[in-house]
Amino acid sequence: MKKITRRQALGTTAGVLTALGLTAAAAGATSAAATPTEPTTPGSVDEVYQGRRIQITPGGGGHHGGHHSPGQPTVRIDGRELHIMRNADGTWISVINHYETFADPKLLARAAVRDLQGAALVPFGGAA
Amino acid sequence: MTVRKNQATLTPAEKRAFTSALQELKRNGSYDRFVTTHNGFIMSDTDSGDRVGHRSPSFLPWHRRFLLEFEEALQKVDASLALPYWDWTADRTSRSSLWAPDFLGGTGRARDGQVMDGPFAYATGKWNINVRVDGRAYLRRDLGTSVAQLPTRAEVDAVLAMPVYDMAPWNSSSNGFRNHLEGWRGANLHNRVHVWVGGQMSTGASPNDPVFWMHHAFIDKLWAEWQAKHPQSTYLPGAGTQNVVDLNDTMRPWNNVTPADMLDHRKFYTFDTEPVAAASQR
Repeated sequence: MKKITRRQALGTTAGVLTALGLTAAAAGATSAAATPTEPTTPGSVDEVYQGRRIQITPGGGGHHGGHHSPGQPTVRIDGRELHIMRNADGTWISVINHYETFADPKLLARAAVRDLQGAALVPFGGAA
Repeated sequence: MTVRKNQATLTPAEKRAFTSALQELKRNGSYDRFVTTHNGFIMSDTDSGDRVGHRSPSFLPWHRRFLLEFEEALQKVDASLALPYWDWTADRTSRSSLWAPDFLGGTGRARDGQVMDGPFAYATGKWNINVRVDGRAYLRRDLGTSVAQLPTRAEVDAVLAMPVYDMAPWNSSSNGFRNHLEGWRGANLHNRVHVWVGGQMSTGASPNDPVFWMHHAFIDKLWAEWQAKHPQSTYLPGAGTQNVVDLNDTMRPWNNVTPADMLDHRKFYTFDTEPVAAASQR
């Protein structure tokens, strides 16, 4: 719990929110601890890494992002969903780093940010 | 009969014919359909659900069929062509002739990973990345950066020594030959090569890089070598396995071909050096 709070605090500094043009209300909505309808959830992340906003929402919610595994978290980079997958041993891969495993979705998202070098994700399916 | 050769032995004329045919498949649109198919399976094959192309026993027969279809497309452009294979245990540096400008071109430049030479450089206008997971339309590589070393022959031999084709739970956590060759477990062979190349090769849309076909042609050859080493071993599972393609089940997307149909590559092609059966071993 403590760790998550610190992570979120790192990700949602005032300067970053200003840069992204977010309102205080929007910032509140992304903070898992702020609203009773959204209890503090392990693994939720909202951070800026190398200039990109990484948002990770734990699974089980009402999102429908074309997932085949409904229980898994949703990872977004600058608002675009990153297709991810959990391996049987608990590690993670994404469509950007498909052949290399990562210990958790945050490390996976950061690896994707490094690989993207500023490029935007395109919607699943990929055909231009 | 199609003979698949080691890429290192191709003549300049053979290299030219191969890269020209790849550009023609790109131009006429058929190349990108292969990328789309592969990425679709990459995203839908899961350890706990239906799995066909990857992380499952049918990884090998699925890719054999996929490469056959691609090779047939190449042969429609130029009937003399066969898929070459890249033995990355032998040609294991970015200085290999594979990466020369007269063949696949080299690694990407530091700034954005863009491949700047060879027939597949963006500036040729003949190799746009259309089926993609991000906004970049140019071929990228980062040879040997994300992982320093390609697998060695000793690592390959240790995997080829595994006598059982595949094991329950038939996914990325399995023991046995298939998963060690695929690389989710152990020394990591196939997966590591994707990571070593970098760029699109490390994504779900990896067939965007023509080296994909040569990498998989070698993986396919290693399957043939394994069969020669273990004539008593066969594809598993045999029947009745949920979410998994059994020996006589049909495979998507073709729905008319089974792993059993794919076991003997010599029905379709031979290799320049055919694996020698290990009959004298016992």
